[in-house]
Amino acid sequence: MSFTIIAETNGDTLHPTTYQLIGAASSVGSKSIVICPNGRAASEASEINGVEKVISVVGDCFDIFDGGAWSAALNSVCEGKILISASPNGREIAARLAAKRGIPVIQDIVSISEGLTVERPIYSGKAVETLTISGDAVITLRPNAFDAAESGGNAPINTVNQSADIKISIQEAINKASERLDVTEADIIISGGRGMGSIDNFTHLENIADIVGAAVGASRAVVDEWGMPHRMQVGQTGKTVTPSLYIAVGISGAIQHLAGMRSSKYILAINKDPDAPIFGVADYGIVATWEEAIPALKSALSALES
Amino acid sequence: MNIAVLLKQVPDTTAKIIISEGKVDENSVSKWSMSPYDEYALESGLQMKDANNGLLIAITCGPDRSKKMLTDAAAVGADTLIHISDEGVKDSTHTQQLLAAVIKKFDANVILCGKQAADTNGGSTGPGVAEILDAACVTLVSEVSFTDGKYITMRPSNNGTEKVSVDGISVFAFDKGTTELRRPNVRGIMMAKKKAIESMTSADLGVDLSSSNVTLDSQTPPPEKAAGQKFDGAEHVPTVVSKLRNEANVI
Repeated sequence: MSFTIIAETNGDTLHPTTYQLIGAASSVGSKSIVICPNGRAASEASEINGVEKVISVVGDCFDIFDGGAWSAALNSVCEGKILISASPNGREIAARLAAKRGIPVIQDIVSISEGLTVERPIYSGKAVETLTISGDAVITLRPNAFDAAESGGNAPINTVNQSADIKISIQEAINKASERLDVTEADIIISGGRGMGSIDNFTHLENIADIVGAAVGASRAVVDEWGMPHRMQVGQTGKTVTPSLYIAVGISGAIQHLAGMRSSKYILAINKDPDAPIFGVADYGIVATWEEAIPALKSALSALES
Repeated sequence: MNIAVLLKQVPDTTAKIIISEGKVDENSVSKWSMSPYDEYALESGLQMKDANNGLLIAITCGPDRSKKMLTDAAAVGADTLIHISDEGVKDSTHTQQLLAAVIKKFDANVILCGKQAADTNGGSTGPGVAEILDAACVTLVSEVSFTDGKYITMRPSNNGTEKVSVDGISVFAFDKGTTELRRPNVRGIMMAKKKAIESMTSADLGVDLSSSNVTLDSQTPPPEKAAGQKFDGAEHVPTVVSKLRNEANVI
């Protein structure tokens, strides 16, 4: 049995989640047929262990992102069970492909086992549901929840030309000034809450972020009350994140916030209130104000990195 | 202009989720609310209605309790209220087919919804409905305007944001919007109570829900995390940092 994998790329290289999609297929004894939109990173994909075949789908329709055009072009080479990253674009392609093929779409799974049984968080992680998939389906996988496949393969690459109608036209691109990592991309996140006192104090978190290559996040209160950009918000009405390390500073841990970050691999909480709910999900907790803890954290991390 | 807004009633984001006998116990939910991103879609729909002299059709697919949310939508200005019974719905494709059937019935020109519902967190409805309607879909938008026969909106891109336009039947899936949902006034609330809700079933809409490749086995609480290590005072920061490196291997 083979799974169809839609590769996610970062420019001309594969996004790490693509390796995880192939790893997930291998973990249930399936080979992968990897589809590379516009042929991006096709040769890289052909060298991954567990890949049976790579199909480059090439066409003008991939010039911009239009989920309708992309899924129309990719559909002809898809078969059986289709795995895609649960990124925003991945989810959209998945929903489109499923509707087109009249099969179910299961978004954002965090485990897969033979059968085929999958688990996915619902209510932003307040519960988990287990589903059995008996036929064809489109499944998206949460980034960083699966072991990556290793390199070591030599699969053939087929190229297919496709065209599709693009319905979206881009009027203007506005590049962001900040080069700071996005919370959904980062392996380490340092987030601040109301306990930071004011938005100006986030520069102290940015300093820490610069040392360890982290993204800076924020609680809902900081976004709603202090005007922090919504793209930084971690929580049920913001981003759901799964970094290796999540550092929560001055965040009490409202259920809303926990829903967005509780599946992080490790959580460090810094809060002056020893009874703050955030300590309930933290692997490491430090009871202290940020004014005391952040300078100490900065010097300890700088010592490590130097 | 016929504006369809797709709404879902979900447990309030502050509500506790209690599991009983392998399923989320809906009776224990203390408060049901309109899914937060759907509120932004509704507000944008109301603005579009005001600006273009449109008709706003609020549509939900759910159990009977979700009718209350339609009445709430009427109180802020929804003109037509459609409740589709979710009886027999087995997967998201079924829901999309039901919603699309109603959208076609009302000749909607533009369809607005939240980027994902606060219960299933899927995000399939907008693009899935667009696929069935052969419509454009722009996701993660905050504001949509209609000028010279085109819808203009902003969406995130790899490098920041981009301004995009679409024409024809179009679906927009909302992230957090620029304006919070307006509050109803007393007159709106009184009028909404009298407003009829049209109920439909899958049979009425000619949608076949007989089969699905997916079955729900169980719903369970999230895995318990082992109790963490807690230290009192900032003097323990170096200890914790060395644990992050040597125990957790994350820095």
